[in-house]
Amino acid sequence: MTLTPVQTITIICMVTIGTMITRFLPFLVFQGTKLNNSYISYLGQVLPYSVIGLLVVYCLKSLNFKSPTYWIPEAIAIICIIALHYWKENSLLSIGVGTVIYMLLVQFVF
Amino acid sequence: MKEKTKALKAAFPHTIPVFTGFTFLGIAYGILMNSKGYGTGWTVLMSFMAFAGSAQYVAITFLTSIFNPILALLMTLMINARHLFYGISMLDKYKDTGKLKPYLIFGLCDETFSIICSAKPPEGVSRNWFYFFITLLDHSYWVLGSAIGGLLGSMVSFNTKGLDFVLTALFVVIFVGQWKTQKDHKPAIIGVLCSIICLVVFGQSNFIIPTMIAILTVLTISRKEYVVEKELTEGRVQ
Repeated sequence: MTLTPVQTITIICMVTIGTMITRFLPFLVFQGTKLNNSYISYLGQVLPYSVIGLLVVYCLKSLNFKSPTYWIPEAIAIICIIALHYWKENSLLSIGVGTVIYMLLVQFVF
Repeated sequence: MKEKTKALKAAFPHTIPVFTGFTFLGIAYGILMNSKGYGTGWTVLMSFMAFAGSAQYVAITFLTSIFNPILALLMTLMINARHLFYGISMLDKYKDTGKLKPYLIFGLCDETFSIICSAKPPEGVSRNWFYFFITLLDHSYWVLGSAIGGLLGSMVSFNTKGLDFVLTALFVVIFVGQWKTQKDHKPAIIGVLCSIICLVVFGQSNFIIPTMIAILTVLTISRKEYVVEKELTEGRVQ
């Protein structure tokens, strides 16, 4: 431990407060706002699709195209997931198979 | 009581991918904290209170350097700024959740958000309790994983390399699922393109906030089109 217990608790509280501000703020700001037919309602409808796109890119942010080791396993696994999900439409199967393929690739092939 | 059991049973299968991902990531986090001299108690406290994976990983830096709470707060706000979008997306779904609402908002992490976005409770199951149990299960997995990791310390010897890909896989599957059910692919494409462009321009540690601004801007500009198209399709139906 680098910090004292009191300092540690302070840091834990800061991380908690920071996170909770980002989670509660929209609900506090738009409390009581009529949701129908407003700009916010539009955002509520389209944002989920954009944000999942952002999350996918966020997970893949450290890909490096200079060396095949750092993008081919991800590419293969994702192609398999997409194909499998179009074919079987079973979320657990797609996620499980995709992850196992990725693990085998990074552990034994690349 | 029966109502809750039913909701729990309906919620559980949706959380299995998160169970795998959180157990692994939680264990990794616990091991990491342990290696920095922070025992299981600290790890569990942090995971229980903050319930924010990426911010907690980054916070290790603040636990192992000079005491700087303000910087810790600012960094957390930056990393978790994407949660603002989750809140806006959930305003409608969470509006009638009553006494469960504070906890649902507290537990709105990436994974919970992505499940609740796409999962619909089966008929006869209370929507509010269904959302509650998804949130509660995810929260428990995270705390449990952290605790196991803290206890295991450095004793782990099996090769878990690549297991963290399970969360990437989860998001890809949700993305594909949304793509198949949604006719209008524009919001999804806007999300991916803005993220990639900002990642290239701003680099991997600073691209989240520029991406959020870019997404908001492009969505706002394309709103007029969206409204007109929607009116057209609705007009046709009538």
